[in-house]
Parts: sequence; C-alpha cells; structure tokens
Amino acid sequence: MFLSFFRKKSVDKENVGRCDVNNDFKDVIELRDTVYDLIRTIKDPEKPNTLEELNVVYEDGIKVKERTSGKINVIRVEFNPTVPHCSLATLIGLCIRIKLERNMPCPIKLDIFIKAGAHTTEHEINKQINDKERIAAAMENPNLKEMVENCILEED
Amino acid sequence: MGKLELVQTLKKDIGRVWNLSWHPKGEVLASCGEDKVIRIWAKDLTGKWTNKVVLTDGHKRTIRQVAWSPCGNYLASASFDATTCIWDKKSGEFECNATLEGHENEVKSVAWSKSGQLLATCSRDKSVWVWEVADEDEYDCAAVLNAHSQDVKKVIFHPERDLLASASYDNTVKLFRDDPSDGDWVCCGTLSGHESTVWGISFDGNGKRLASCSDDQTCVCTLAGYHGRTIYDISWCPNTGLIATACGDDAIRMFKEDEGSDPNSPSFSLLCAVDRAHNQDVNCVAWNPVVSGLLASCTDDGEIKIWTLKE
Repeated sequence: MFLSFFRKKSVDKENVGRCDVNNDFKDVIELRDTVYDLIRTIKDPEKPNTLEELNVVYEDGIKVKERTSGKINVIRVEFNPTVPHCSLATLIGLCIRIKLERNMPCPIKLDIFIKAGAHTTEHEINKQINDKERIAAAMENPNLKEMVENCILEED
Repeated sequence: MGKLELVQTLKKDIGRVWNLSWHPKGEVLASCGEDKVIRIWAKDLTGKWTNKVVLTDGHKRTIRQVAWSPCGNYLASASFDATTCIWDKKSGEFECNATLEGHENEVKSVAWSKSGQLLATCSRDKSVWVWEVADEDEYDCAAVLNAHSQDVKKVIFHPERDLLASASYDNTVKLFRDDPSDGDWVCCGTLSGHESTVWGISFDGNGKRLASCSDDQTCVCTLAGYHGRTIYDISWCPNTGLIATACGDDAIRMFKEDEGSDPNSPSFSLLCAVDRAHNQDVNCVAWNPVVSGLLASCTDDGEIKIWTLKE
C-alpha cells in the first residue's frame, strides 16, 4: 500500500527508483546530502552569493531525527543568518522550506530553526517559518513569492 | 476496541485541502483549500461520494475554512483574501450573496452560533469579529474583539449558548460572551495551558467541556505523548463522545473517555490510531453530525477520506 503512495507523489521526479520502498535512502548520510545539495545553491536575497558561500547553511546544520509513527523521515535544518538582526531571516527560512518541499524525491517532515543565539528574534522567526498556514499565506503574496522564486531558481 | 475503516477516498488534483464541513443533516460535505473553490460532495445513486457542485468566483486566494449554518441553508467561507463569503441556494443554485469585509489580512476561521443569528470570524490581524445577521443578506459587525496578542487561528460557538471560543498563535484559548447589561461582547476567560500555537478547539455535545490541540503536540491538556508533530485539528463527536485528532505526522487518532472518568477532571485513552491515514499532514477531521462514527478527513495532496468507526 505504501509503495503506491510513493509512486504517485514522485512520478515525475528523476529519483523515482529509489523511493520505491519506505527505507528509500541507503542511509542517513545520503538523505542528508540530498537535503544539503538542494539548499546550498539557494541564493541570498540581497547578496550575489549562495547560502553555502555565506555560511548561512552548512552540512552540520542538517540533522535526521526520529521518524514519525508512519515511518516518514523527519529533517531538522539549522541556518545561521549573517547578522543577528538580519531582517531577511524569515525570507531565507521560507526559501529553504519551499525549495525542499518542491524538490525532495520522497516525503519528509521538515523543521527549520535559526542557529541558537544567532538572531535577536529567533523564537518568533522559528515559530513563523514552521507554521504551515503562515507559509501558505506568504506564498500567495505576489511580492514575497517572486522573491522566493528568484532565490531558489536553479541556474544551469 | 474500535477501529477506523476507510469507506472512500475522494481525490481531485486540487492541491492542499484545508477544511471540511458536514451539512447539519449529514448528507452533504463541503471542502475547501488552496484551489480557491468550494466543493460540495454527496452520495450518488450507487452510494458513492461524488463532487456534485463546485463554487467558484467567491475568493481570490486560499479558502481556509467552510462552515454550514445550523439551518443548512447557508455556507460561510473564510479566505486568505481577507474576506468571508456567505453562499446560499435561494436562486436554485449556490451563489455568493454577501461578502463580509473588514479584516486587514487572512481570515482563518468562521463559525455560526446555534441560532444562526450570529457569525464569528478571526484573522492574522489578531482580531475576532462578531457579526449579526440583520436582514436578508445583510450582516452587521457587532463587535471587534482584540483580546489576542497574535494571529487567531480558529473560532467556534458553544453548541447551545452564544458563547464564543477562539484559539491563537499566542498559545491561548479565549472565551467571549455578550454582557447582558449593555449587550457588548467581552472576553470572559483565558485558557493558557498550551506552550505553542493552539490550532484547534472543539466543544463536547452539550458544551460543558472544550478540547484543544496545539503545535506543542498535546491536546485536551491531558493527552501528551501520543502525537509526533503539530496537531492541526480536533473534533469531539456530539453523538459518541469520541475525540478525533488530525496530526502533522499523517495520522488520525481516536480517544475515548475512560469509564468512571470524572467529568471535571476527565481521563481519556487512545482507542485507535491510523498511521499514514494520509500521505501528508492531516489538516482537518470532522465527525458527521447525524451518522454516528462517520468521519471525514483531508490533507495537503488533495485527498479527502471518509472513514467509519467499527466497534
């Protein structure tokens, strides 16, 4: 039964082959690498660099947590805004979430957090970027949506 | 032991389905979501649930919630476009005959009072509005309640009285009623047991008790440790007394009050859990008001499921 669920979801993805079983990834490392490869190329909203180049995201910031009771992988992504009062931290969190939700080959549950102590309003931002209703509403705001789309656009 | 059995999966390629509302007679279900339309589902001649009507052109953005009026003649819809629409069938077909404007941004929830004379809405603008049904298709704002300090996620009315409950991103539930001396609506209680956003609230059948669920992964304040992620909705069945929860770990769980439980300090036990009830977060659970044990649920990938409880 689970098999058909996965096929339906990932039918147009290249990686369909490795999602056929519940233990879709060979190991935790492969899952982490897949997540990191997707977020490292996200562009900073105001600088010409990627989040990886600015050390906003880093491999150690991705943790694979205990699966849900339905055996879905739970990923925790930590990021480090460049300055403690960075006004774009919410937008960066939004970009990370949208990029992963659209591109992960298998279903995941995603929690995004600012590196502890790295932002003056870290709790407010953490709450906001993990509230799916706020995210959904933000993505219906044309200006915000355009900014996110520009940041997560793959250039190749 | 009870067990939840799947009756039917209703699938349209429509993106996230946020909410479901059973018609008070229990024969019709309304759904809404990301695709900005309302779908009306009913059984066809063979007994299968099918999408009978699609209501379009009411909202410009996501429809977050739908609610049938107690008389069943009106359907209210709350949208991220900051408006609430009231639909009716007076002309023979469903039409939007009133649009309630006033909230500054996303309307998250809408609820009717038992009499059908009052309507409540709430929004990210932190306010709860109470509307009075005046003349035909006329709704007057009776109160703007600014008691919450954050986004208000959900409003519901007491099943019998004009008592209003609201749940918020500020981690509290607040209760409102009109002051008999001057008719003004006032906040008459704040319930602050949760440690994060309160997403859902539900009264029991006679309105003596209220259940709540939260991002802190607890509900009813006594049920901790069952849910793996945010609990998005809770539905207390007026017929069976069972509590169903919709969770961000894709599961639906059912709780039953223990025999001999003290109504003022109740204890509940997990009756059953359906892991992977959906492929994604369960956004809403709704007990049918007439058919005992019939439950509807919906999720982010467009699926709606109808379940029945087998004893």
